[in-house]
Amino acid sequence: MVHFSKFTLDNGLRVIVHEDVTTPMAVVNVLYDVGARDEDPRQTGFAHLFEHLMFGGSVNIPEYDEPLQMAGGENNAYTTNDLTNYYIELPAENLETAFWLESDRMLSLAFSEKSLEVQRKVVTEEFKEHYINKPYGDVWHKMRELAYSTHPYRWMTIGKELKHIEDAKLEDVKSFFFRHYRPCNAILVVAGKVTHAQVKELAEKWFGDIPSGERYVRNLPVEPVQDKAHFLEIKSKVPLDALYKAYHMPSRIDPKYYAADLVSDVLSGGGSSRLHQALVKEKKLFSNIDCYHFGSLDAGLMAIEGKLVKGVKMKDAEKAIEEELDKLRNELIPERELQKVKNRVESMLAFEDMGLLSRANNLAFYELIGDASDMNTEFAKYEAVTVTDIRDQAQAIFAANNVNTIHYYAGN
Amino acid sequence: MINRRQAPAIKDAVNFDIQLKPLEQFRLDNGIPVYVVRSSEQETLQLELVFPAGSWYESENLVASATNFLMKNGTSKHSALEINEMTEYYGAYLNRNCFHENATYTLHCLSRHIPELLPTLQEVILDPVFPEQELAIFTQNMKQKLAVNLQKSEFVANRHIDKYLFGEFHPYGRVSSMMAYDALQTESLRGFYMQHYTYSNCKIFLAGNLPDNIIPLLNQYFGSTQWNGERHNIRPEMPILPSEEKKYRIFNDENGVQGSIRVARPFPNRYHPDFPKMLVLNTIFGGYFGSRLMSNIREEKGYTYGIHSQLYNFRQAGAVNITTEAGRDVCEKAIAEIYLEMDKLRNEPIPEEELSLVRNFMIGSILGDLDGAFQVIQRWKNLILNDLDENYFYNNIRTIKTISAEELQQLARQYLSPEDFYELIVI
Repeated sequence: MVHFSKFTLDNGLRVIVHEDVTTPMAVVNVLYDVGARDEDPRQTGFAHLFEHLMFGGSVNIPEYDEPLQMAGGENNAYTTNDLTNYYIELPAENLETAFWLESDRMLSLAFSEKSLEVQRKVVTEEFKEHYINKPYGDVWHKMRELAYSTHPYRWMTIGKELKHIEDAKLEDVKSFFFRHYRPCNAILVVAGKVTHAQVKELAEKWFGDIPSGERYVRNLPVEPVQDKAHFLEIKSKVPLDALYKAYHMPSRIDPKYYAADLVSDVLSGGGSSRLHQALVKEKKLFSNIDCYHFGSLDAGLMAIEGKLVKGVKMKDAEKAIEEELDKLRNELIPERELQKVKNRVESMLAFEDMGLLSRANNLAFYELIGDASDMNTEFAKYEAVTVTDIRDQAQAIFAANNVNTIHYYAGN
Repeated sequence: MINRRQAPAIKDAVNFDIQLKPLEQFRLDNGIPVYVVRSSEQETLQLELVFPAGSWYESENLVASATNFLMKNGTSKHSALEINEMTEYYGAYLNRNCFHENATYTLHCLSRHIPELLPTLQEVILDPVFPEQELAIFTQNMKQKLAVNLQKSEFVANRHIDKYLFGEFHPYGRVSSMMAYDALQTESLRGFYMQHYTYSNCKIFLAGNLPDNIIPLLNQYFGSTQWNGERHNIRPEMPILPSEEKKYRIFNDENGVQGSIRVARPFPNRYHPDFPKMLVLNTIFGGYFGSRLMSNIREEKGYTYGIHSQLYNFRQAGAVNITTEAGRDVCEKAIAEIYLEMDKLRNEPIPEEELSLVRNFMIGSILGDLDGAFQVIQRWKNLILNDLDENYFYNNIRTIKTISAEELQQLARQYLSPEDFYELIVI
């Protein structure tokens, strides 16, 4: 049980306080309700590039990192297709430094041309490091384009192409900031050795006078239901053939999400899971195989990916996966197996709750998708899932028309 | 109106009194030491068994890591699948790791499940059988993984730089290969297991929310002398044979868009008085986001997504290693800048403001690292496994708080001269 209290400033900034007297530290987490899905298709990668610029100095504070390090603090941030999250961890005695820094960059950035120029290059190198200069590094770019025709999930957070990042202009940076980085589009979580009264006072003092801004209303194109299987073949200079499949699945906020999530655990949660046991250990068709998803806030994708053992034919590997999916579609899983994946979730949630930073991140996330208090009732939603729900979700997700397949062949 | 240009007052790190939470110690009936840090805030625990069974002790390449990996894949009573079922049913994670010196088995679970999980853990540790079939699958899959990794410039660069520093026959410089995987035999794994996973070699580290009867429970499953025992390891000394040649350029992929840069030199191990001082200098040089290297090569020039300098803390010998992946056309420029930053540290004293920032940052980060029983036991483990005590920890903190700019400049003069460094780019 994670205890917290909540209040909203006049400008619309939502504030959550989580008191924990057992730690000497404090965490200040600011979540902005904007991600790569909110980008213009001609300017993809912008939300993430923008995250980099948030460290390039704000209107009253030329250097963001230095004063924080001086106060014994560390920080980082991440951008996903759905949201952007910034966090600071520092000794609780120096909490006010974090308020000072975070509020000033919510008030306004310095909008420095030099910072934009350098961060364009840094992000270009990040793009190369993770998606170009790696074997199979391009596969998710291609898979997203194969699976989505309409919804902005069809590009990756890093962006569709390097050119979009290279072309970013300072005026775009400004308008993006004032559209999305306003108090009414943000959630502030303060956690650790802090008190409600102290946070209330500091929040009023530092964030209270920031203009509210206009609430961003998300109106994204809806992805039509996929009506036929999609297929792509890639030949590339990689050492092993690989098979990738992606299926549309319910969004993170859909009540059906919990059963869908457990489906992926049945298939691939640990050494005793079905895909690993059947296809790696028994049939020896794959050297590794995984099933996972991204927990996307709009309807997302569940992926199955594996590398084929040398000499195994793609169609044999694919058929073996189908056989496993058939079992899930046609038979009810044993109650004990369902209990196993529920126990796995219970344990995972307990380990997540151990870290102060993780608790702060999660409170912000749950507040974004509904209410921070849902964090404490999350496991009950998993507990309610039945073996029939698992079968129903397997049938819906692994339907013949719902699949996107990439055969990735080792070439020269 | 508040003055937003004025930073709030801060408490300086030198004024933080950092205390390492004390450790409880027990001994099982067979002499296994158990080190314990309790906490009651969460419902979880961590149990780690450590054996001196790292690659240092193997006489054939990869035997240590293969033994460690495959102990979990079959006992005389249960198959690999059954063992996985028995741990995963309780939502537990049973991880194993093999390092240069030590090999470990670590159980993470909800505290209430520990009585059900200990019998399985006992089997894995006391009764592994190393089935042929499991070794065959392991070998095949590890070779496939290696084939993929060998296409990554960073993986190739990491292997080469360690080879230059320590020599390819030394455990710190030796690398995996298809041939070495093919040569693995279950007989050698069994032999290695018998020799090294003995109760007389075992140490147990325990943290989190523990049931009252945890020590009797551990005694029941691990406290007897009815397993592998009494073989004392001799820790053979290994000669380090560093490379003569200092500069290397390797083309791994003609179409690569980045180069993996490694610039490294040998450095004394953690027992040397310069080691704690070097931790501070290394932080300034390339050990945190505000470091000299990061500020110049990422934040000023945009040559890379990240650049880091790390201090190896292996038992026999250390090293300073600077790592970055940079754009293919700016690799040589990036290396020139690395040397330029060394020159600055040798020629100019570190400004007081920067030094004080780094002191505060390092102390703040230790304070954060000690948050929670799992983190505290980790610190203790590092001390105990290296035959050190808390004085070493407090001495490091004292060094961070008191080292002067002159001492750091002296250290830079001694250890940051470009001609002493190996230099590698893998494209």
